[in-house]
Order: sequence, then structure tokens, then C-alpha cells
Amino acid sequence: MIQVKNLHKAFNDQEVLKGIDYTFERGKTNLIIGQSGSGKSVFLKCMLGLFKADKGTIEYDGKPYSTFSDEEQRELRTEMGMLFQGGALFDSMTVEENVMFPLKMFTRQKKSEMLTRVHEVLERVNLEGTGDKMPSEISGGMQKRVAIARAIVNKPKYLFCDEPNSGLDPQTATVIDNLIQELTHENDITTVLITHDMNSVLEIGERIAFLKEGVLAWKGTKDEIFKTEDKTVTEFVYSSNLFQKVRTAQQQGL
Amino acid sequence: MLKGVFGRMTKGSVLRNLIFKEINELIMGSLGIVAFLSFFIGAVVAIQTALNLNNPLIPKTLVAYAARQSVILEFAPTFISIIMAGKVGSFITSSIGSMRVTEQIDALEVMGINSKNYLIFPKIIAMFTYPFVIAISMFLGIAGAYTAAVLGGFVTSDQFMTGLQDDFNPFHLTYAFIKTFLFAFILSTVPAYHGYYMKGGALEVGEASTTSFVWTSVVLIVTNYAVTQLLLS
Repeated sequence: MIQVKNLHKAFNDQEVLKGIDYTFERGKTNLIIGQSGSGKSVFLKCMLGLFKADKGTIEYDGKPYSTFSDEEQRELRTEMGMLFQGGALFDSMTVEENVMFPLKMFTRQKKSEMLTRVHEVLERVNLEGTGDKMPSEISGGMQKRVAIARAIVNKPKYLFCDEPNSGLDPQTATVIDNLIQELTHENDITTVLITHDMNSVLEIGERIAFLKEGVLAWKGTKDEIFKTEDKTVTEFVYSSNLFQKVRTAQQQGL
Repeated sequence: MLKGVFGRMTKGSVLRNLIFKEINELIMGSLGIVAFLSFFIGAVVAIQTALNLNNPLIPKTLVAYAARQSVILEFAPTFISIIMAGKVGSFITSSIGSMRVTEQIDALEVMGINSKNYLIFPKIIAMFTYPFVIAISMFLGIAGAYTAAVLGGFVTSDQFMTGLQDDFNPFHLTYAFIKTFLFAFILSTVPAYHGYYMKGGALEVGEASTTSFVWTSVVLIVTNYAVTQLLLS
């Protein structure tokens, strides 16, 4: 569980996050949605420790990040998995080496043990037999799955995903969404996922936080989002044709 | 940046492999062009000197003497380093810059890895083998001078060998290698800085590589002047 309390972040005079309070629950896919420039990525980077918050606290399983020693911060980071928008695979390494990388850096396992775990994870993301390929030799969807495999290979407690579906076709996007949700449930991970994709909201939005201009404007679940009368949320979500159609279907009792 | 580079170290076994990989890419990968350039620079220096020695009172051995001094003092350490600023420096900037653009550096940081140490430290260590490249460059430069001077009929082999040993000051080699060590450090750190702190996309990677080459060259030339002033004046 990640608890965020009164989080503020500004760049020069521009306040990007204006006092966010939110709890990301364990074993659930926690989505952050909002328009471009609403502060989603800054929020995520604050949680990852890539940006230092100006004010407020972020607690990982009850312990504030600011009280962590350097060693504890490093340890915490080994418990985090991150899926970047573009995959961020190391292009000088093969798929297998990419997935093995966290194990190589942070464990003292023998190479055979590491390989067993790598193959296990690659099999879980349906990428058996691609280990010796370079990232440039596989498709965008496969790259995302390799990135997921790398993120979960060290059995993280927290998984962060920054627009995992961007640039993917709808079918592959659904595969990635479902994979993230399955892994979250299987491994009881606290998953935080930034998305613009309304299909993802419908598919895996177990908990949703809606950010607007650096403020937490709404929070709820995918079922609650259809019932809300909050104008700031409805304006955003019903700009999607998909949402309009689902709502119409619901109203017609289909 | 340097505080981070020499800060929290990457796991030893990983670091060792990275250093060997960098030696292969940065040093071994440059041997061909360095050998080619050095040989022909030495040859041209010998021909130019020979063609300008019209006075019969000046001994022919001066061709080898001038070639030796030029190659050891300046052409091998400085000229080759400027070439390396283009080859190795651009490679370092663009490879680190591409990693920045594609969030690979962020990925390292999120994993709890000191990205500066992981990416830049192995390059600095690998570049400590750079003096071997310059030693090869010196040898080939003089070999080129010998080939051009003797085969071109400007001097005899004996005259060249006499000139080569004439008035040799071993401190000039020490000076050249002190310069080379400093240049090696500059060649690995200035381009790494430009790559690591770049912002933007693919176009900016190209711009960063160009800027890095310009600044590396400027720092090399200024350092060359300062070291020469300090050690030879």
C-alpha cells in the first residue's frame, strides 16, 4: 500500500501538484487518469523518488519515504518495478539479458538460477523463445511485455506503469492491460498505472484517481465513474466515444 | 557529475564486464583509424620537412629529428586526441544521450542503480588504456616518416636512424604521456556530461554530439597549452 499525504511539487513558479491525498491499495490496479499536463507523470516520478516533493509525505506500507536512509531507499527501489511508456529496454542487450538485469544487479544467484527465473517470467508474458533477440527485432507489444517481465522478475511489491498502452493497437493494449491486472492479483502487488486510454479504465480500473490541474478531482472505481455527476470527470471521460456508448448501453439496460 | 560517478559503486562483477566492453568499443575500435592517420601524418611531416631543407649546411638527419619531435610532442597526443574527440566523444555522447531520450537512464535510477557510476565510470577506466593507443600512434607516425623519407629518396636509412636518436630527451615522452592521461580523462568525461544532461529527442542527441565535440576540442587545446606551459617552459 502506498499512502500519499498532502503532496506538493512545483517547478520554478509553476505549481504542478497542489496537495494530493490518496491511497494506492495493495493487490489492486490503481489508475491515475487526467488530461495532459494535469500532473500525472510528476506524481508518478515523485512516488518513484525521481523527483523530490516540496511538501507532503509518501508512505510505503506505513513508512514515510523521507525517513528512509540511503540504504533503505536503495532497498525500496529493488522492490519497485517500473514499466516505462516506451519500454525503456536496454538496446545493447538481448531480451534475456534485459530481463536478467535486475537479478544480476541485486541478487547473488548463480547464472543457471537466474536463467530459470528469466525463462519462467518470459513464459508468463507469453514470450518463450525470444530470449536471444534484440529489442529492435521484436514488435512494440512484445517490447512492452519484455519490459513487464523485467519489472516483475525480482518479485516487486510495487509496480508502476506509465501509459503502458501508448502506441499499441487495441488488441495488444487489452493483452497488456489484462497481463498487468493478472500479475497484480497473482503476486499481490500495489500497481499504479497512468493512462489516457479509456478502454484501460473499463478493463482494469479497480481504483481510479482523476487529476485535474494538479488536484485530485475525483476518486472511485470503474463502476462508480459511470454514476458520477461530477462535471470535471464527466467532461473528460465522455469525450471518449467508447464511454458514451457504454453509458448508453447501460441506460438502455443492455 | 563526478561526485556521482565516483559515488555508490555498481556491483564488481558487472562493472568488470562493462569496463572490458568499453575498452573494446572505445579503444580497440579506434585502433584502425588511429593507425591509419598516424602513419600518414608521420609520412607527411617527413616529406614537408625534407622539401623545406634546401640549405646544404643543414644535415639531412634533421628530417628524422623533426618528424620524431613533431610526432611525440604534438601529433600523436594532441592531434589524435582531437580525432578521438570526434570518434569516441561523439559515440559516448550519442550513446548516453539516446539512453536519456529513451528513458533507459530513468529505468536504471528507478531500479536503484547509480546511473552515473554505471554508465560513466567504466568509460573513464577504459580510457586509462588510451596511452597505449598513443604509444602505437607514436610508433606508427615515426614508421610513416621513415617510409616516406627513405622510400621517397630524401634521406638514407642510416641518416634517418641517426636523426631519430639525435639529441633525444626522454622527458618529452613523459610530458607526452602526462598529457595523454589528462586527455583520456577529458575525452571520457566532457562527452559523457553532454550526453547525460541532454534534454529533448533524437535531434537534440545529434546537437549534443556536435556540442560535445566542440567543447571537448576546446578543453583539449586549452589543457594542452597549460600542460606545455607548465612542463616545458
